[in-house]
Amino acid sequence: MADFSPPDSAVTHLPFRRRRAIPGFGLTLGITLSYLSLIVLIPLAGVFVKASGLGFEGLLHTLGSPRVLASLKLTFGSALVAALFNAFFGLLIAWVFVRYCFPGKRIFDAFIDLPFALPTAVAGIALTSLYGPNGWIGSLLSPLGIQVAYSPLGVIVAMTFISLPFVVRTVEPVLAEAERELEEAAATLGAGRWVTIRRVIFPTVLPALLTGAALAFARAVGEYGSIIFIAGNIPMVSEITPLLIIIKLEEFDYAGATAIAAAMLTLSFVLLLAVNILQAWTRRSARR
Amino acid sequence: MSILEDKSLQDPPAIPAIFHGGPLIQTNAAITEPAWVRWLLIAIALGFLSLFLLLPLAAVFTEALRDGFGTYLTALKEPDAYSALKLTLLAAAIAVPLNLVFGVAAAWCISKFEFRGKQLLISLIDLPFSVSPVVAGLVYVLIFGAQGWAGSWFAEHDIKVIFAVPGIALATIFVTFPFIARELIPLMQEQGTDDEQAALTLGATGFKTFWRVTLPNIKWGLLYGVLLCNARAFGEFGAVSVVSGHIRGQTNTLPLHIEILYNEYAFAAAFAVASLLAGLALITLLLKSLLEWRYADQLAASRRH
Amino acid sequence: MDITIKNVRKTFADFPALTGVDLHIESGELIALLGPSGSGKTTLLRALAGLEPIDAGQILFGATDATNLSVQARKVGFVFQHYALFKHMTVAENIAFSLSVREGKTRPTSAEQKRRASELLELVQLKGLEKRYPAQLSGGQKQRVALARALAIEPRVLLLDEPFGALDAKVRKDLRRWLRELHDKTGVTTVFVTHDQEEALELADRVVVMSRGRIEQVGTTAEVYEQPATPFVFDFLGSVNLLAGEVQNGKLRLNGLSLPTDSQLSGPVDVYVRPHDLRLVEQTSDGLDARIISVQRTGPLVKAVAALAHDASKMDIELGHLDPMALALKPGTAVRLLPVSFGLFARTPHAEVQTLPDVVPNAVPEQRGDRARA
Repeated sequence: MADFSPPDSAVTHLPFRRRRAIPGFGLTLGITLSYLSLIVLIPLAGVFVKASGLGFEGLLHTLGSPRVLASLKLTFGSALVAALFNAFFGLLIAWVFVRYCFPGKRIFDAFIDLPFALPTAVAGIALTSLYGPNGWIGSLLSPLGIQVAYSPLGVIVAMTFISLPFVVRTVEPVLAEAERELEEAAATLGAGRWVTIRRVIFPTVLPALLTGAALAFARAVGEYGSIIFIAGNIPMVSEITPLLIIIKLEEFDYAGATAIAAAMLTLSFVLLLAVNILQAWTRRSARR
Repeated sequence: MSILEDKSLQDPPAIPAIFHGGPLIQTNAAITEPAWVRWLLIAIALGFLSLFLLLPLAAVFTEALRDGFGTYLTALKEPDAYSALKLTLLAAAIAVPLNLVFGVAAAWCISKFEFRGKQLLISLIDLPFSVSPVVAGLVYVLIFGAQGWAGSWFAEHDIKVIFAVPGIALATIFVTFPFIARELIPLMQEQGTDDEQAALTLGATGFKTFWRVTLPNIKWGLLYGVLLCNARAFGEFGAVSVVSGHIRGQTNTLPLHIEILYNEYAFAAAFAVASLLAGLALITLLLKSLLEWRYADQLAASRRH
Repeated sequence: MDITIKNVRKTFADFPALTGVDLHIESGELIALLGPSGSGKTTLLRALAGLEPIDAGQILFGATDATNLSVQARKVGFVFQHYALFKHMTVAENIAFSLSVREGKTRPTSAEQKRRASELLELVQLKGLEKRYPAQLSGGQKQRVALARALAIEPRVLLLDEPFGALDAKVRKDLRRWLRELHDKTGVTTVFVTHDQEEALELADRVVVMSRGRIEQVGTTAEVYEQPATPFVFDFLGSVNLLAGEVQNGKLRLNGLSLPTDSQLSGPVDVYVRPHDLRLVEQTSDGLDARIISVQRTGPLVKAVAALAHDASKMDIELGHLDPMALALKPGTAVRLLPVSFGLFARTPHAEVQTLPDVVPNAVPEQRGDRARA
């Protein structure tokens, strides 16, 4: 039998084997990489492998169909509106909770995370009953000719709900750490309150605000559970992309489902990249 | 005692902590807004939160009890609801411990060691957060489904993954994958390696060091992560919906059960089950807030509020 | 612009930060507010800037009452301890900030703003750094940019909070000299806060020593060091030995030793003697018997600790290393000490030998001591 042992003992000094003061590097990194690969990376790679099997023509055929295009437009458009809506109110809420003192602050603060804790199906049926024609809010809006449930507006409402905490929770710590002295300096230099907020505070929180909005957008694009109840799922009108994947699956159109999934995954990667760049920016601007 | 060491002469404690509120607003006119602006902003913020968060929550409980308490209890006692509850608990009982082990291992190697590609690894761990749950479900169907790559092998050995408990557990693991790791990584990075090195120089083994030195330092952060992971595991809908097959009494979790009831126009029953999950969410929020208030110093910095 | 501060009071929650401060600052003066942390010096500075509203009293800039003027309207240049430079703006944008936030017609054109910024950068000797961000500057450079930014509003008064606190020793010394020169050039009334006595004594025209929310003493650097008005000032500015004595008929009695004094006090007194005012004298002369316990040479000084024979209390002694007596300083040797200069203060209840007294808050004039030079 051939001897495969390395001719030079120096080979044992691989960086991987380098002795480290704290034990467990190999074991924990091994667990991490294996688990990550098995649960996340390999299955996700499978989608791309399968999608590439469809060829460019096949992908285009699925993604270019009017129904898919309409769903993409609805999903991304609504997610964008929800993210912008949350960017504005999230900033305002973060400001109020960091800067002001008022009764019930702690309780409200705890409730901000409700969308993270509440199952999406529960949120979905609750929002539907609220905004339905007979609901507490729906019955107020329908005389005005505004229909929320079973319309694209409903999609926006559900997306706003589930992505509400992101902006608040990313902006809050940055706002809390912002130096009071910067605002005082602006005041001694003659800047009024509004000018100070616009030119000193806002640029400080901008990276965090964008990060939060990007996270909210990513979450809203992928959301399924809460939306399908309130949207009404009318093809070409209020049908979101994740639902189309499920419809394709139920029709045993695996190729179609895969094509759409690959498109959404690509977008997830782009968003993840964007969030990472934004976070690096946040850290840098916090440091300097 | 020298005058300079007299503690009573130290800085006034009264530059108030911004976070907890404070008199800051009253004492420093230079860097705050007029009272009417403050109250207007507070009113807008609380109005928005009430409209978007409290009202839906109130709707769940109102709808659940609309037909009386008797109907409410009947809906919960139904055998299908009961088996859905059991399946939900089972999926969480599989997913949470596995993600716990993974989370601790990942946090250990990321926080205690330097190696190339660490930032990429952290990003990849976060990946499941930005993947649509429906896509997450789909990837397992593509692998384990009847026409999937591994599907035929599992079928030959008579192992059901899709439309069965393993698939539901896998989907749940995927969507709750990052929760514990991302709670622990920043916390353990903040804590550094000094304590562990001290323990090792005192003769502790690697495992003893983890058990007696590291774990006590991260236990509240760990619990926090488990809490969030668990809440998501109970509530996951999209991913589980794809892989479950919706077989009543067998592969329905509580959220899926709600959907079925709702689509059958059994609104009161749907809301009754929903109220159960909403109650769990409230308990989660309560425990989470307690952890944030009580053990703020032992959670990752981003959680201290 | 001269500043008058009349009976200013400020309380945080239940912490009295300023308990009735009166002070007049002449136009063009360079004043140091000196005191330990919690003495109210920073609060006073912030009150002058309008950053801290005061509970009572009056602040006048020249003849105008500035007490209720907003921060923006006061036109004071304020340099913060940690500079508070706007991180997202370049050096030039930081300096021109005050110009760019002016309303309407008073706002200079952006070319004019740039010109002013370069002019000020030249003044603080940082020409060419216009495009840098604060993160790219050293501590000393940040300090100068902060100063240039404060000067951009053409301030009536320049206020600096611990201006050199965050810098290392070498830079601190250079900047100190430079700030003095800058002040002499611009002539702006300047008030700075410090807890460093050396800094205050070296830089300021007059020093305001503060403790527990009130002024202990105001005077030139020579006055506060050589004629401390209170035990606190004695202790805070340099080290000091405390002895128990008694004044009778114009004589200070110190365990048999009798020294002349013009103090108006009578009865038991605390005697404050600086280490370098304790002379070593021949055994044949009058003095206090003591035994050397330890000797340490630090640079040009020889520092020794001696125990007094009559009550074993320990005295710090300082001699120049060229002093012939310094040679005699060896542990165990018997020496005779003569206080050549001392301060006398009526005995306070706290004043036990060996420890310095806590200063009684709001000390009334009777508790202030007289000062005698032998």
